[in-house]
Amino acid sequence: MLNVLLWLPVAVCVAVAVMPKRAAGPVSVIGSLGTLGLAIALAIDFDSGIPGLQYVVDESWIAELGVRYQLGIDGISLFLVVMTALLWTACFTWASFRSPERPRNFFLMLGLAQFGTMGAFLAQDLLLFVAFFDLMLIPFFFLIGSYGTGDRVRATIKMMVYTLVGSLLMLVAAIATAVLAAPDGGEISFAMADLRANLLPEGSQDWIFCFFGAAFLVKMPSFPLHGWLVDAYRAAPLPVLALLSGVLSKVAAYGFLRVVLPIYPDATVQFQDLILVIATASILYGSVMAFTQTNVRLIAGYSSIAQLGFITLGIFSLTPDGADGAVLQMVNHAIVVVPTFLVIAILYERFGTDDLRGMGGAAKRAPVLAAMFLIVTMATLAMPGSANFIGEFYILNGLFDSNTALAVVATAGIAMAAFYALRMFQLTMHNRLPVGAESREVGWRDGVVLIPLVGVIIAMAFFPGVIIEHGEASVQDKIGAVAE
Amino acid sequence: MSFQAPDIDYAGLSPVIALTAGLVAVLLVGLIGRGQRVAVSATSLVAYLAAAGLSIWQFGENKELVAGALRVDELGLIATLIAIGCAIFVIPLSWREEASDDAPGPGGHGEFQGLLMASVLGMAMLAMAQNLVIFFVGLELLSIPLYVLCGSALRRRASLESGLKYLIIGALGSATLLYGLAFIYGGSGSTDFDGIRAGIGSGLADDPLVLIGVALTAAGLAFKLSIAPFHQWTPDVYQGAPTPVTAFMAVATKAAAFAVFARFFEVALGPTVGDWQPALAALAAVSILVGNVGALTQSSLKRLLGYSGIAQAGYMLVGIVAANEIGIQALFFYLAAYAFMNMAAFAVITIRERETGFGDDIRQIQGLGRERPALAWPMTIAMLGLAGLPGTAGFIGKLYLLEASVAADYTWLGVAIVIGTMISLAYYLRVIAAIWMRPAYLADPTPESGHRVLPAIAGGSPEADALASGIGGVRCPVIIGLTIAAAIATIFFGIIPSPLVDFVSGAGEAITTALG
Repeated sequence: MLNVLLWLPVAVCVAVAVMPKRAAGPVSVIGSLGTLGLAIALAIDFDSGIPGLQYVVDESWIAELGVRYQLGIDGISLFLVVMTALLWTACFTWASFRSPERPRNFFLMLGLAQFGTMGAFLAQDLLLFVAFFDLMLIPFFFLIGSYGTGDRVRATIKMMVYTLVGSLLMLVAAIATAVLAAPDGGEISFAMADLRANLLPEGSQDWIFCFFGAAFLVKMPSFPLHGWLVDAYRAAPLPVLALLSGVLSKVAAYGFLRVVLPIYPDATVQFQDLILVIATASILYGSVMAFTQTNVRLIAGYSSIAQLGFITLGIFSLTPDGADGAVLQMVNHAIVVVPTFLVIAILYERFGTDDLRGMGGAAKRAPVLAAMFLIVTMATLAMPGSANFIGEFYILNGLFDSNTALAVVATAGIAMAAFYALRMFQLTMHNRLPVGAESREVGWRDGVVLIPLVGVIIAMAFFPGVIIEHGEASVQDKIGAVAE
Repeated sequence: MSFQAPDIDYAGLSPVIALTAGLVAVLLVGLIGRGQRVAVSATSLVAYLAAAGLSIWQFGENKELVAGALRVDELGLIATLIAIGCAIFVIPLSWREEASDDAPGPGGHGEFQGLLMASVLGMAMLAMAQNLVIFFVGLELLSIPLYVLCGSALRRRASLESGLKYLIIGALGSATLLYGLAFIYGGSGSTDFDGIRAGIGSGLADDPLVLIGVALTAAGLAFKLSIAPFHQWTPDVYQGAPTPVTAFMAVATKAAAFAVFARFFEVALGPTVGDWQPALAALAAVSILVGNVGALTQSSLKRLLGYSGIAQAGYMLVGIVAANEIGIQALFFYLAAYAFMNMAAFAVITIRERETGFGDDIRQIQGLGRERPALAWPMTIAMLGLAGLPGTAGFIGKLYLLEASVAADYTWLGVAIVIGTMISLAYYLRVIAAIWMRPAYLADPTPESGHRVLPAIAGGSPEADALASGIGGVRCPVIIGLTIAAAIATIFFGIIPSPLVDFVSGAGEAITTALG
């Protein structure tokens, strides 16, 4: 099952690469719908009572080095996988209606990106995880460099160097973990379950934790490691940026929960306060920057930094509530960010600019667009009643137990979120229309993508418990690993 | 005292014999006038395939030949096979190169291929050497034809310069090596690797003769492998030499020289591993740093790959520093992967050199993604592989080396590898960006870039030039086919590495057996 889920995008995108250009878009969309269907089927079939892995695939890959091809899903990754499939479907559909130049190349890269991301969520072998973590970046390099705007080549190289610096350190750290953890004369194994059974001494855990932590914090990105963000967010094509911001950042947060907590528990406790401070700083920095920017891409980008800060807080509160909230919030944020960027793309088409000062009045003749954007905005600012509210509530609840002072500071972040989200809504949708721009309703093509996504946001507001219930057992297991 | 002729095991010697016979045949066939290119190429191909087949036949053997001068084991055979593979790749790559503007009229094929085969023969001997004399003879047999080949583009000043430079620096390297070997003989009283092992005692520092000898030998080998700080010749020679020769030199020389490096250090100097390990580790780290930093600012692709080769040699040296079975396996896995990636890259450069007027300047590949996907993809895959990104054989190779270094308690060297890799991203990605993200460069090529034809520095004439330019269209389909095959191999072994891992695992076992 998981093999199909993982390799279907590759099969489709390679097939697309040799098809006639006109077929590229539709075939990609159908392929991604297939992946989505499969992911949903897995979610329905999933047994939420078990903390361990389900649908496990376990094959030998590089026997000499002890690397296995090991896939599995547990309650933490389940909805992230579904979300990945859903959001990629949305972006495939969006892009195929807009028929990019050199479409086969575009869809090939997008499909490979899905493969890499899906692989990172499914991998249960530490090295396989690291490999997918690196792999998912490569297509983004091509997508931003070839299809972006402005100074795209410099931006994409900068992003690659920044993020790969982190992940290469992670590669050494992963290898060191497996070699040092191997019992004397025993076989080296990268399986996360084995590594969890043979924990490293604390001294080694510490430096390895730093390498992993750096990689994940860069990828999120988190203040002060967000140097690549501004250029990449300015240059990236919007559907690609939606995935970059919505899904790739989650892989990093997920990495903390999947890899760092269970395998380096002593170091996690050791560095807990440091990470909490960094996360809080990210919330404050991201929020402040988000309401001083006028470029809508950057507003969304900085707000991502803040949101990822919340997720990190939840994970490193090291309480079950905080981590439950973090898992929920990972899905929430991804589902909210993608429509945000798609609305930004629509606004760009209306106004020909990314700058708030050149926008306004978009709602005039477009009530549906305005309503959808309003729902997205409300979810972004974690309005009570939205699933984001539940997520942030859980996170802060968990954090109050472990670090009350930071929880109080972080609460300020929620207030600031209201400020920048509403500011963006107002300045784009209300006010006067700029000269030369017209307010138009979303066409059916955009509606096909946006309406289901907004529908998911609403559905999640009604049933946030589904994600928490599914995740609970696995989260307990990971938090328990640290507590021992 | 009666002379006792040694028993000769012809089966074990057969790859060397096949190459020698092929060498003679190629030189003779080269005397044919018409249809020379086809005849010479076919003869060389047959000879290489025969040698490769015989090597594969000898796989699994582990025996001494010619009174212990050579040793047939998988370590040597794998290095030989890599060298042969590169030489086969170079046959179509050099078709036009020698026939037209770079060789004197219709005379070149037999000599070119003959020299190439002599060099391969030297590599085979070097890879199997387990005696100081054969070590040196093999190294010279490898090097001298390459000096000539580097200068074989007779009408290009850069090529002549490259040949001369390589000759002088190479001779210096050889002299250093020979001096070192003499010291080792003096210190240990033996020329056999096993004898040296028995003669040197347990610490290098005990005997200044041996210590000096080992240092000089390492320096001499480092010259050949272009390991910093003995690398200064590399960028100039790589850039100046005809591109097919550069391609061959970059990979095959490394394979053979690393084979003897591994055998010499791990067999002959095995007991003193603690003494030479730190020194080689330092060399590796310096090479990784110097190569990667040097490549950053290059605009000539061949120079860029030259510097990248210095860094890659540093990575590979880590396999020897690790001094364990997995290290040797890592070294040879990396060599094999390196062969695929480099061949693909150099083939694309060769084709574009002929199609555009930019020589090997990075402008030659701008906009390739749009115009020539069949060339753009192999080049992209080669660059991703050299950068060690996952999904390519280069990643598995780095993984192997990292695991070897950590297992040998040289984690800091592993960190050096990844720091080098980080730096390298900047220039490998620049090449990819040029292919996919920049428009084709349309301005008139500047005349000084590479292809200026000089009247006749050595042995040419206007008549010969006219004749030469008429010969041979570009035999691109074959080259493109091979290039794509190399790129596919890079990806294939990145996803399913087991076949290649099984292939190289014998090399590690060979060392263990030799020590056993």
